[in-house]
Amino acid sequence: MQFSLGPVLYFWPKAQMLEFYRQVADSDIDIVYLGETVCSKRRELKFDDYMALAQMLREAGKQVCLSSMTLYEAPGELRELRKYVDNGEFLVEANDVGAISMLQQQSLPFVAGAAINCYNQHTLRQLVGMGLTRWVMPVELSGHWLSEVLQQSLIGDIRDCFSTEVFGFGHLPLAWSGRCFTARSENRSKDQCELCCINYPQGREVKSQDGTQVFVLNGIQTQSGQRYNLVNQLNTMQGLVDIVRLSPQLSGTFDWLAKFKANINGKAPQPLPATDSNGYWLNLAGMATG
Amino acid sequence: MELLCPAGSMPALKAAIEHGADAVYIGLKDDTNARHFAGLNFDQAKLKDAARFVHQHGKKLHVAINTFAHPNNYQRWQQAVDMAADAGADVLILADIAVLAYAAARYPKIERHLSVQASATNAPAIDFYRQFGISRVVLPRVLSMQQVRALARSCEIDLEVFAFGSLCIMAEGRCYLSSYMTGQSPNTAGACSPAAFVQWQDNKGTLESRLNGILIDRFAPNETAGYPTLCKGRFSVGNDTYHALEEPTSLNTLDLLPELYAEGIKSLKIEGRQRSPAYVAQITKVWRAAIDAVMSTPERFNVQPQWQQVLAGLSEGSQTTLGAYHRKWK
Repeated sequence: MQFSLGPVLYFWPKAQMLEFYRQVADSDIDIVYLGETVCSKRRELKFDDYMALAQMLREAGKQVCLSSMTLYEAPGELRELRKYVDNGEFLVEANDVGAISMLQQQSLPFVAGAAINCYNQHTLRQLVGMGLTRWVMPVELSGHWLSEVLQQSLIGDIRDCFSTEVFGFGHLPLAWSGRCFTARSENRSKDQCELCCINYPQGREVKSQDGTQVFVLNGIQTQSGQRYNLVNQLNTMQGLVDIVRLSPQLSGTFDWLAKFKANINGKAPQPLPATDSNGYWLNLAGMATG
Repeated sequence: MELLCPAGSMPALKAAIEHGADAVYIGLKDDTNARHFAGLNFDQAKLKDAARFVHQHGKKLHVAINTFAHPNNYQRWQQAVDMAADAGADVLILADIAVLAYAAARYPKIERHLSVQASATNAPAIDFYRQFGISRVVLPRVLSMQQVRALARSCEIDLEVFAFGSLCIMAEGRCYLSSYMTGQSPNTAGACSPAAFVQWQDNKGTLESRLNGILIDRFAPNETAGYPTLCKGRFSVGNDTYHALEEPTSLNTLDLLPELYAEGIKSLKIEGRQRSPAYVAQITKVWRAAIDAVMSTPERFNVQPQWQQVLAGLSEGSQTTLGAYHRKWK
């Protein structure tokens, strides 16, 4: 089992990003995803900065993949996507079928991210035919669902063509909107957002009126209120999951990586904080803990 | 410009046709469509009745098979396509790549429209789905009018937009908020914020709505209580309690009609397969009149106050919005 570090989903200042990736280079993570996946207005790091980071991380022995955005609406955003597709060196993670379309046209392999709607063996087989080499299943699916897809005879002869990856740690990206909810929370319109999400390096908490944390606002993205944490499910993933993804958090990411690595075989289980959940993997509501 | 109306039952379908719909869209009585609600939708026999009625009136029947097929009973989605084809559906509204591929191979002559649940918001995404021979794209409700216009001018494919009804504020087909709270989502179960998880509780005069135990909203005695769709609740962010994601409001694009018409938008879709026949009748009547007016004299089109009055009365919380079509909403 390998471990990957997802793209930073929040908007962090450039210096903080560079410092974070210096730590990543020194860590024993296997795979690193880089790129802005949420909002095209976030420009602390530009495409060339991500490429420089990608090269630095590759030299540090990491497999690097460039992550593209989930919601493409404007021509300028598609020009940026074109740069990712044409980068010439690194694998690209598609989070919108528009990216798959561009990659497919150039016969390039791709990772289908969790926001690509691949729910069954027939769709998976189609995507493999188009160049998919790694499949990150939608976050709402369970371990049981994954095993049902992989057990189908339709997958038998192509199982060697792709690896499987599961989002295993961090606040889950659950929805994307035309509207920016962080700007709305400050009574600003999206056009006048002044990039206020940079003030919320772990998003803004949304609580129910009786105090339960329900969501986290991260610009146009809505995340789970609970932090998803599959540290105690790793031993049930054998033969099913090749890569487990940790989504960068403001603090503690590398400590949790160590805990995940120590518990691959279930020998070092971790008590889950009350703010963590694992429901989706266990075929429950996502916010539940089993 | 087509008027495409919703129907969750034969009476609603008849109301739509009799009040001027050019086409009606329906779903089957299972989780193969995104309005999988108890007591709603069409079984095989009713589907045939629906097709017969619509065709007798020279109109078109669209069948939505727009959830994502499950691995252990993929056949159900295939059978849904077979059943719709057998009944004589004019159009299949599809979202799953697998189902699109099956329909394209098995029934190449039946029109395939890309469901809003496929979440195609840009030109390369539309290009992607062309390999399955789609003839029309239903655009997600996250785009501004400017973005709709750009797509209409750059993509050589028919576009359909939502004109009126409940407003999804997230990119459709990529929203997992409902399964996060309940375990069931539009993609997997064909339902958002399912009724089985809703609880109402009177707490000393304050009415509380919950979804799977989570408090979605509290209503004072003088407030109208709305269904606890989870993205339309009042939550706390920082020190403020407000509709953190969206108010309970309906999309209404009457004001944009001349622009949509000028851009050659092929079809206006009315949301609401879960609504009553009376609702469908009233909505259809208003939109028929509006579309006829814009088509006959687009330069003199004026929104009639009585249209707005009827639509406001049929809206969530009696409020309407232009949603993402209007940049300021974002």
